[in-house]
Order: sequence, then C-alpha cells, then structure tokens
Amino acid sequence: MVPVMYYVILSAILFIIGALGVLIRRNAIVVFMSIELMLNAANLAFVAFARQYAATSGQLFVFFVMTVAAAEVAVGLALIVAIFKTKASINVDQINTLKG
Amino acid sequence: MLLSEATNAGGNFSLVPLVVFFPLIGLLLNIIFGGRLGEKAIGWLASLASGLAFGVAVLLGISLIGSHGAGVTVPFLDWITIGSLHLQWAFRVDTLSVTMMLVVGGVGTLIHIYAIGYMHEDVRHNGDPGRYRRFFVFFNLFIAAMMVLVSADNYLMLFVGWEGVGLCSYLLIGFWYDKGKDGIGNAIAGKKAFITNRIGDFGFLVASFLMFKFFQPLAEGGVFSFDFDSVAAIAPKVASPVILAITLFMLLGVAGKSAQLPLFVWLPDAMAGPTPVSALIHAATMVTAGVYLVARSFAIYSLVPAAQNWVAIVGGVTALFAATIAVAQFDIKKVLAYSTISQLGFMVAAVGMGAFVAGMFHLVTHAFFKALLFLSAGSVIQGMEHGHHAVEHDPLLRRKMKQNERLGSTHHFDPQDMRNMGGLRHRMKTTYWVYLAGALALAGIVPWAGFWSKDEILAEALHLNPAVYWLLTIAAFFTAFYMGRQVIMVFFGEPRSEPAAQAHENPPIMTVPLVILALLSTFGGFLNLPFIHTFTHWIEYTIHPAAEAAEAGAEAAAHAGPWYMWGGLNLIVAGLSTLLALIAIALAWMIYTRRVEALKSLPAARRPDDPLRSMLGPVFTGMEHKWWVDELYEFLIIKPYVAISRFLAEVIDWKFWHDFFHDTIIAGGYRGLAWIFANPIDLGVIDGIANGLAEGVRGLAAQARRIQTGFVRNYALSVFVGVVLIISYLVFQLR
Amino acid sequence: MTVQLILFFILAIVAVLTAVGMLVSKNAVYAALYLILNFAAVAVFYLLLNAPFLAVAQVTVYAGAIMVLFLFVIMLLGAEKLGQSQVQAWQRPLAIGLGLILAAEMVYILVSGAGGLVVASQGTTINPDFGSPANVGMELFTKYLLPFEVTSVLLLVAIVGAIVMTRVEKK
Repeated sequence: MVPVMYYVILSAILFIIGALGVLIRRNAIVVFMSIELMLNAANLAFVAFARQYAATSGQLFVFFVMTVAAAEVAVGLALIVAIFKTKASINVDQINTLKG
Repeated sequence: MLLSEATNAGGNFSLVPLVVFFPLIGLLLNIIFGGRLGEKAIGWLASLASGLAFGVAVLLGISLIGSHGAGVTVPFLDWITIGSLHLQWAFRVDTLSVTMMLVVGGVGTLIHIYAIGYMHEDVRHNGDPGRYRRFFVFFNLFIAAMMVLVSADNYLMLFVGWEGVGLCSYLLIGFWYDKGKDGIGNAIAGKKAFITNRIGDFGFLVASFLMFKFFQPLAEGGVFSFDFDSVAAIAPKVASPVILAITLFMLLGVAGKSAQLPLFVWLPDAMAGPTPVSALIHAATMVTAGVYLVARSFAIYSLVPAAQNWVAIVGGVTALFAATIAVAQFDIKKVLAYSTISQLGFMVAAVGMGAFVAGMFHLVTHAFFKALLFLSAGSVIQGMEHGHHAVEHDPLLRRKMKQNERLGSTHHFDPQDMRNMGGLRHRMKTTYWVYLAGALALAGIVPWAGFWSKDEILAEALHLNPAVYWLLTIAAFFTAFYMGRQVIMVFFGEPRSEPAAQAHENPPIMTVPLVILALLSTFGGFLNLPFIHTFTHWIEYTIHPAAEAAEAGAEAAAHAGPWYMWGGLNLIVAGLSTLLALIAIALAWMIYTRRVEALKSLPAARRPDDPLRSMLGPVFTGMEHKWWVDELYEFLIIKPYVAISRFLAEVIDWKFWHDFFHDTIIAGGYRGLAWIFANPIDLGVIDGIANGLAEGVRGLAAQARRIQTGFVRNYALSVFVGVVLIISYLVFQLR
Repeated sequence: MTVQLILFFILAIVAVLTAVGMLVSKNAVYAALYLILNFAAVAVFYLLLNAPFLAVAQVTVYAGAIMVLFLFVIMLLGAEKLGQSQVQAWQRPLAIGLGLILAAEMVYILVSGAGGLVVASQGTTINPDFGSPANVGMELFTKYLLPFEVTSVLLLVAIVGAIVMTRVEKK
C-alpha cells in the first residue's frame, strides 16, 4: 500500500509543473495543456484523499472536474481558433489588445 | 384786502378752475381727436376752449363787481406738504388776477380765431399742413399755463405757470424748427429764448429760496405756504436787506420774462415763431408776466425803495434803448418786437415806481394794440406772400420784379422786409385802417388807448421819479417816430417791389378779429377816463398800500390841485407827450415821403435804403445793429463761456478725467492689476497647481498603466505571485 | 518494498518526466503526446487508489477525446512551433523561482502537518467494492443527481459556445 502522502506530493509536483507551463510557455495550446495538467494534479489529490477517507464523494468530484475540463477545452480551443483567424497567431505574447 | 374762502362767497367764484381746465380740455380733445377733424374744426375747437375760459373770466369779473371787488381764494387741492412747507393748489380771484384773465382770455381768443385763417396759409406756405393741429394744441397749452400763472395764489404755483408759458414760448418760437437760417435758425431762436429765460428763472428761484429761508420761521405756526397774503403779512417783519435781495433776484426773473435789460435779447429772435405767436405770447400776454409779478408782489416791493428804484431804472432804460433800436429795423416784426420791449420797459418802470395801477393799465391797453399791430403785420406779411405767389406764377411780372429788385436781395424775397413794401393802403384797406389805429394807440395820440395809459405812467413818473420820466418821454418820442416810419414805409408811397404791388387783403376770419382789436385799441383807454378812474378803483381793490399815497395825492390834486391838473390828468405831461408824438410823426412823414422823393434823383446804386441812414450815419448803423448787444454778449459771455466749456470738456473732462484719470489711472491700474491676476497669478500659480496636479495624476497613471501589459501571461504570473504570497502567509501563520 | 510501491515510483517518475517533457518540448505535438502519456500514468494511479471507473474515464475522456481534440486543433492551425520572440524575457526565471518557492512551501506544509493537514502515511481499510462503477453510479444518480444534470447543461452550453465562436460569419 502506497502512502497517500506520496500521491499528494506527486500531485503537488505535477501542479507546479503545470503552473510553470502556464507561466512560461507562449503557445496558447500548450498553455491550455498545462492547465489540463494542473486539473489532473488536482484530480489526483482528490482521488488520493478519497482513498484515505474512504469517501466516494472525492471520486465524484473528479468526475465533475473532468466534465468541466471537457467543456472548458471545447470552448477554449474554439477561442484559440477564433483568435488565430484574426491574428494568424496563437502566440500569447503577440496578443495584448487589452494593454492599458 | 378782504379775501374770504370760496365756500361763503358767490357761487361764480368756484368756477375759477375752469379757466385752466377749458384750454386743457381743448388741447386734449385736439390731441386725441384732432387727427380726424378738419382744420376748421381744430381751430374752432381751440378757439372755443379759449373763449370759454374768457367767458368764465367774465363771470368772475361780474361776481367781483357784485362783491364790490372783494376777492377770494379758491382752494383746489393740497399740492406739497413737507414739514414746514405746505403748498396748496389754490386759485386766487381778485381784481388783479381777473384783469389778467380777461386780457389773456379775450385777446387770446381773438388771436385764436385770427390764427384759424393765418395758420391755414402759414402751414401751406411752409409746406407742412400736418402741423396745423400742433399749433393749436400748443396755443391752448399756452392759455392754460398763462391762466395758471395769473390765477395762482402762491409764488410756486405762479412759477409753474411761469415755466409753462416759457415752455410754450420755446415750442412756438421753434414751431418751424426746421426752417430759418441754415435750417436751424428757428430752433436756435427758441433755444436762445429758453436759455435767456432760464437765467431769469434762476433769479426767481433764488428769490423763492430766500423767501422760504427767511419767511418760514416767521410764518404763522411755522408752516410757510408761499401764498401772496402770508408773504405780504410777513414781509414787514423781515430784515430789509433780505427783502432787497429777494426783490432784486425777482427783478432778474422779471427781466428775463419781460425782456428787460440785460436779458431782452431773446425777444427779437422770438419773432421766428408764427405771427399769432408773436402777438399772443411775445406781445400781449406772456411777456407781461414780469409786470404782473411785480404788481402781485407790490407788498414786498413797497418795503424797499431801493429795489423799486432799480426796477424803475431798468424799465426806463430798456424803454429808451429798445425804442432807438426799433427806429432802424427793416423787418416789420422786428420793429414791433423792439417796440414791445420798449413798452414793457414802460410797464416795468411804472410798477417799479409804485404806480402799479398805471402799469397794469398800460399792460391791458398794450395787449390790445400790440396784439393788433402784430396781427396786422401778419396780415401784411401774408398779403405780401400772396403777392409774391402771384408774381412767381406770372413770367411777365417775374421779369419785371427782377429788374426793379433792390441790389443785394435778388435771390430771396423777404415778405417781412419793409423795404419791399409800400403803397399797401390801396391794396389792403382793412389792414391799413386797423394798423393805423394800432399805431396811433402805440404812439400815444388822443384819444387812442395808448395815450391814456402811457400818459398815466408819465404823470406818475414825473411825480415819483423825474429821471425815469425823462427817459420815458424820450422813448415815447421815438415810439411815435418809428411807428410813423413803419406805417409810412408799409402803407404809403409807391410799391417798392412787384409782390407789394400784387398784394391783396386777407379773408374775414383774419380781418374780423383785427377790427375788434382795433376797436379795443381805440376805445380801451376809456376804461380809465379822468374823473371816473374805473380801472384805478377796480385794481385798487387789490393793490392799495403803496399806490395809496400816490393815488391819494393824485386824487387830491384832481380836486384841489393846480390849474394843469384836470380830473387826475396832468395836462402839462399829456400835452408835452402828445406834442412830442405829433412832432415825431411829422418828422417821420418829412423824412419818409419828402426825403425819399428827393433821393429818387440819385442812381439806384447810390440810393440809401433808408434816408435816415445818410442823415444819421454811424448812429443809424448802431441802431440797426441793435447797438451790438448780441455781439457784446457773444464776446463777453458766450465766447468765454464756450471757451470755458470747451476747456472743461476737452481738457478737464476728456483729457484729464477721461484720458488721464479714467483711462490711465483707473482703467490702466485696473488693467495692470488684472494682468497681474491673469498672468502670474492665474496662469502661473493657479494654473500651475491645477496643471501640476493633472500632470502628476497623469504621470502616475502612465506608470500604473504599464502594469496593464495586455499579456495574459503577466496576469497569470501576478495571480501566481498572489498564490505564493498567500501560501507563504499560511506557512508562517500555521507554524 | 511492495510491488505497489515499486510500481508507484516508476509511474511517478514517468509522470514527472512526461510533465517536464511537456513543459520543455518546443513542438506542441510532442507536448500533447507527453501529456497523453502523463494522463495514462495518472490513470494507473487511479487504479492503484481503488478508482477503476475514474481510471477508465481518464483514459477515454482525457487521454482519448480531449487530447485528440488538442492534436486536431494543433494540426488544423499548423501551429506546432512558434518563432523566437522573447518579449517577456524576465517572466521565465521569475516564474521558475516562484514555482520553486511554492514547491518548497507545499512540501513543508505536507511534511510538517501544519494547520492540521494530516495525511495518513498508512492507508485505511476500505470496502472491497469501494470505487466500483456500481457504487459510483449509485452515488452519482442519487446524492449528486442535480449537479450531474447541471453538468449536462454546462456541456450543452459549451457545445453551443464552441460552435458560435468558430462559425464563419456570412456576409
């Protein structure tokens, strides 16, 4: 039996890597994938704690997170496509229309 | 003086306000409805208004006879009540005021009727028939103002009328304000009359102020009302220098209104008004207001012989002075104007000496014959204009006129120049006869009106002031001479111009009033025949204290005097003046018929326009130029006055006050201050603060704006920083 | 060392490596492939944690549907690679530094158990059918029925939104 602590630590590491991906990468699609990674890390923590406390609710939360992530990906990729259509680029460093 | 309130007097006395209101109603009706009425209706309406006023005056006179001359005061309304001043608008009905009312109303009405015909021609001759109504409105206004003047019960109400007639005089002198020399000659004449009168009015006002200052403390109950009775009652209690000052200032007013030296210069120029105006205002009524004022103030004049002396001397000198000028005038109306000044001198001298009755008597008879003379002169002028009109429309006559024209006056024909007249007695018979009556009355020939009144003045003068007597006697001689000259130049001899030859008589509407006035001029003197003295007794109901002594003497003389006193008539004085008048007329006849005939042998270029000119030389020139009084005033008063005014206006007011004080100091200082406020303070400090604030905020914002890069990664990073900080906090918190 | 522990470590290394690989790979397609691998590793963790239903869902939904969609878009746009343009050059080191701080903090919290966050090092005893599809389904359609239905609405909205967003405007 693997200690839950290990899973949580792994989850934290994955989350930070995902966060770094969001902060470092310029490709909008990769940024998106990094977000998925962060969600995944969170899911892993959910499942680990569900196992520890023997609560099915934790697993159901993961289920909902997956659904939301799917919806988010659908809308997010649609946005990227729309942006690409006008800007011909998905480099987030070239998109600063909201600059003050 | 037995004055009682109207309430317990005869009912007719209470009618007195109507003498003012009838003319007022007449002028209001003419103002409101005159536009729809024809000329005839306007004229007759105005005449009716004046005639009704005369009718009221007659009723008042009858009432006075009924009350044996006892006058009344008719209070009408309270006028001004301020502290110790209580002025009433009250009418005074006594023999003096009713006499004036009768003269003003009677002569006024006749002149109104005459003017119906005269103005009909005049407005057409001057090319503006629209002013017909205006003339009668002014005329009625004048009657109303004059009635206020003569019916006043106090000095200030009298002053209202005094100013009212002055205004009418101004309006009517300038009636053809767009005519005359340079198109403003008449307006200037009106202005001159007004300003000269203002100098006199200044005297009147100062006299009133003094009266209030010194009479008020002595008045009963401390409330002074300016009415004649209380003034007469208080006057003896006032220091005589004050009375002297009041009377002399009043004399200045008299000199202004009655055209005495030194303020007479306006009256000749006042002839610019239409002839009925000259007759009514500047001969018969308004100019006698000064005489009336002195007569009315007899109570205070009697207190100061020095003032009386001054008045008498002013009158006497004016009488002679103006008479000499009248000798050398060529304008038919100017002769009469100077004659009027001269005759006013007679009246002023009379009232000055204390011969109030004689002065008033002469005032009345003079009103008759001078109105007659002016109106007749108007008739002559209009006859000449008719003749001129006929000539203008007849080429043959026009050529003839050009050939016969005197040198120097070919351009403009002057229908008032006596040198253009002559021989009119054949063409204008009625005018000739009435003119003759007026001239004889003025010259003082028995039994015409002027003889009786002038003789009375002379007799009183001999008794009271011999120096003035001689002045007046010589003036009377000149009077007869210039009237003879005028009559001969106008009516005798051959016509000296084509228009004179073509002149013709005027319609009855003008000649009938002339005839009536001629009758009055002829028989008016019988008002005061020797032995009977109707007029004297009549007036003495009102004026007696001063005249008492003189008249008592005269009365006594009438019964027990030396041989030459005949019923109150001094036969020596009468004889001398009549003799002088006859000599003067004969002299005039010699000069202006014989001498003119003799001069006809001379070539036209060297023939003098007046035989007297060659006989008297520079003296004639002096008389012709009115002894250069106008020029003297121009030089002594007007030029320096204008210079001072110019200095005040251009240097003091414009240069100093405007340019220097206002522009430089006030405006400049203000501008400088404003500049300081605007530039360094407002633009520099205040704007600096405001702009600095704005710049600071803007700079801060520009810095803050840089946070908003628009890069989504930066935003994510800032969120991440936040997360890290929160976690750090938790770490340290939970430790 | 039990088999499970060995398996865990191997998979943990795989998961971390694939995550790092996704982070550093220049090509977006590679990144997607790394991520699929990562998701697969995580799916195995779910199995280890008695969540078979989620493990299957992870493979089908995440590694299958979502990642295929990613790849599809990458290919569609032809945006596998981006040119060099370090506009925000300072962002990277800062982000890495912050990430390290965060990692340190997390580890500290987890290890020290500060704030009562107790993570049991030993697993608790559980029912054999814990996390079975039957149980999960029972829980989902009874206790979480409303959230479930809301989720379906959410998906519908997402579909509509995606279509509207990518649709070509007809002139």
